[in-house]
Amino acid sequence: MENPSVLPVRRLRLSVRRRLFRVAGSVFVVASFAVVALAFLSIIGDVFYKALPGLNVRLLTETSTGIGGGLKNAIEGTLVLSLGSLLVSTPIGIAAGIYLNEFGSSAGGKVLRFLSDILVGVPSIVLGYVGYITMVVYLGWQFSVAAGIITLGIMLLPYIARTTELALNNIPQAVREAGFGIGAGEGTVILRILLPGALPAVMTGMSYALALSMGETAPLIYTAGWSDYMWNGQFTKEPIGYLTYVIWTFINEPFREAHILAFSAAFLITLVILLLILGGRWIMVRRLRRMGAYR
Amino acid sequence: MKLPLFRIGLVTTASFLPLSLLLLVLFLVVYSSPAIHYNGIHFLWTNNWNLGNLYGNPVTVHGQEVMPGARYGIWFLVVGTLASALLSLLFALPTAVGTAYFLAESLPKVLSGPLTFLVDLLAAIPSVVFGLWGYALLIPFLGTSVFPWMAKHLDFIPFLGGNPGSGYGLLTSAIVLAFMIIPLISATVRESISATESTLKEAGLALGLSRLEVFWHIVLPKLRTTVIGVSILALGRALGETMAVVMVSGNALNYLPRNIYTPISTMAAFIVSQLESALQDPTNMAVEALAEIALVLLLLSVVVNLLARMILWLAQART
Repeated sequence: MENPSVLPVRRLRLSVRRRLFRVAGSVFVVASFAVVALAFLSIIGDVFYKALPGLNVRLLTETSTGIGGGLKNAIEGTLVLSLGSLLVSTPIGIAAGIYLNEFGSSAGGKVLRFLSDILVGVPSIVLGYVGYITMVVYLGWQFSVAAGIITLGIMLLPYIARTTELALNNIPQAVREAGFGIGAGEGTVILRILLPGALPAVMTGMSYALALSMGETAPLIYTAGWSDYMWNGQFTKEPIGYLTYVIWTFINEPFREAHILAFSAAFLITLVILLLILGGRWIMVRRLRRMGAYR
Repeated sequence: MKLPLFRIGLVTTASFLPLSLLLLVLFLVVYSSPAIHYNGIHFLWTNNWNLGNLYGNPVTVHGQEVMPGARYGIWFLVVGTLASALLSLLFALPTAVGTAYFLAESLPKVLSGPLTFLVDLLAAIPSVVFGLWGYALLIPFLGTSVFPWMAKHLDFIPFLGGNPGSGYGLLTSAIVLAFMIIPLISATVRESISATESTLKEAGLALGLSRLEVFWHIVLPKLRTTVIGVSILALGRALGETMAVVMVSGNALNYLPRNIYTPISTMAAFIVSQLESALQDPTNMAVEALAEIALVLLLLSVVVNLLARMILWLAQART
């Protein structure tokens, strides 16, 4: 039956060591991803499952009572603090980003980049503690909205600067030359031509920054304080509640209702953050599909 | 000549960024200077945090007013901070590299996109939610079943035997921290794997290596500097992490870890957990000593960060 003219198939014989490496390596690689994915799903699942009994309309309509109640005041506080910090940090961050990209090779640009890199590495609790000794104690603002907003805002600065820089960096040099060519000044080119083109990417960065500020706790503990009541509009001398505070203090209370509230707060904050990230990704994808104004 | 109004406005606005950092450092140094004078440099390696007799009359030592018997040594915090961060890096680095290979090299495009996004989303979960997960799910599980089993059957390995404790402590902190830094390492490694020249990979495949062998023998050695740099960056993140550690570390005071299960505390967690009691000190020295800890933590993370950026910069310059 065998045709002698066909050469026998020669199989490569692997050494035991190599075969072992391939098997063990593949198992390790799959297992490490599985562990990471499992951790993510178990965090989401655990928070959702344990928050389930508490997810009702009372969360949104009642203020907290210290051990129970709703989360109306904390939700409002989180929104005030994170939107406020975004408002404070956006103009400064965008200006720094513009400077980094357009004049980044100058001496000033190098110093700014260096300090911005350092600010990213400053632990958030250090920011919170400095906020405490400066604004809360030294300036006498006490636990207040303003101290919380400024502390969070400083934390966001380098992120916004970085995303603005990257967004501007993606705009071809020719666009700038075209602007200068028709006689526009520096300000006009940057504000009317470059920034609108970079806007989707900057928006993506800002939605990430908003997500970041919503999830932070450490910078707020000793600057914003905590309050069981709704915010009365005062910026100083008036503490404010926020969701992440509920998570880490209410879980230590001995009451089941407080635990459910802590998980509800964790559920809300995680949900909003994931939505913000998805939203930011969506802006980015939509922009890439349209290929942007300048591509 | 026309005044460059735009440039002036831009520079003024942008200068708030460096200004806030400089003011931050300045305030911290000035505020903690009484504590620096009182404690000296040796407070880093003495192990005695004691607010003193808070009901006594303040005494004057070295020109500083303190409560009688007040000592501020933070060796246990130095050990706790470094041990938890290094241990978490030990867990995170192989897992993150494995994950990065899995996502970058072994999946079809349809799958790798969403799964990569899943790992990226892990980075977005707030620290305090990680802490809640550790507190409510990991600690009961680890403390009642895994740690006692490990202490019983793995006690031939140093630091793994002895009292398994209740679940709060060094190992739990390191595990939670590891999951917080895995997405960071994995994202950077994944991107540099994709950026490696495909001709190199193809040459390896043509020699009869499997994809995994190509990665291990060719791609990974080429990315060594990047991996080291991003690991140090992640280490810096783990050093300054606060909320998750506060919730799972056990917040030990003046206590050095005997084994891997012992309760610890880190500098960042200590600042959160101790300010309330430090405020009881009428001379304010305890609050200033906490500011000194914040300053040490700041210096530590800045040095680690700069080192990491320098290495990453070198890695980029070489390619």
